[in-house]
Amino acid sequence: MTDGGRRPRVAVIVFPGSNCDRDALAAVEAVGGEAVPVWHQSKDLQRCGAVILPGGFSYGDYLRAGAMAAHSPVMKAVRRHAEQGGAVLGICNGFQVLLEVGLLPGAMLMNRSLRFVCRDVYVRVERADLPLVRTLQPGQVLRLPVAHKEGNWFAEPAVVREVEQRGAVALRYCDPSGQVRLDANPNGALENIAGLINREGNVLGMMPHPERRVSRLLGGEDGRALLRALVEAA
Amino acid sequence: MQVEVRVKLKESVLDPQGEAIRRVLTNLGFEEVEQVRVGKLMLLEVAGDDAGLVRARVEEAARELLANPVIEDFEVRLP
Repeated sequence: MTDGGRRPRVAVIVFPGSNCDRDALAAVEAVGGEAVPVWHQSKDLQRCGAVILPGGFSYGDYLRAGAMAAHSPVMKAVRRHAEQGGAVLGICNGFQVLLEVGLLPGAMLMNRSLRFVCRDVYVRVERADLPLVRTLQPGQVLRLPVAHKEGNWFAEPAVVREVEQRGAVALRYCDPSGQVRLDANPNGALENIAGLINREGNVLGMMPHPERRVSRLLGGEDGRALLRALVEAA
Repeated sequence: MQVEVRVKLKESVLDPQGEAIRRVLTNLGFEEVEQVRVGKLMLLEVAGDDAGLVRARVEEAARELLANPVIEDFEVRLP
């Protein structure tokens, strides 16, 4: 590209054990951003305006998924960026990291089936009025892949109520027609929660992988809009 | 000194892994086992002789990293 310097820069954090970082880098470029890999030891975000915490098994999922990554040096910079209103998208293991650092509420338990779930799911868009979801339509159904063993979102009842009341649920597991049903829930997450967004709408965590759905050749383009919102927020 | 940190899921949290183990125990004839909860046991070798101080530091470490207060409780045991 000739306008390389002007494309919005998006950092993709690379932890030891990340394995969706390459997909995330390619997906950012596919929607017009400049993707910058940032190593977990980095103390800054290399002038990036948005951040992706990618999927994978950071630090081998030792202790708890995302727990070690949450304390890596780069996360201080990510937290500062988020608290100043900067855009952060956590995908799968990245969502687990966001929960472990407390940027989003709750925690992930092992899937109710005890199995690693790797297949396409449908999610219904619950919020489309905040920065990181503004490219979506309310009620829209997206078909996206999941691949995880700890995606069973849990919080105490008081926290679940608060999450619902303030509209923190961005995405919910549903059937292809958009009905939120128990049998459409791949992991046992409370209230079929597939994605959470913070009050300001600049921090989004989700278990499904939008970065794996940015091309028809790879099964569809349902992930493009979310990545576009992130790049536009950079 | 060696310090034990026991981390277990809170009572309010379902433990499907423990439940699966209980079912297998039942199949093996251990019908009297009514519940299984799976936790973690960590053994820390900690420098220092002041038991109070060691306990305080290990509890701090547990709150910060070893346990996730959203889903887990922990217990620190000194020799």
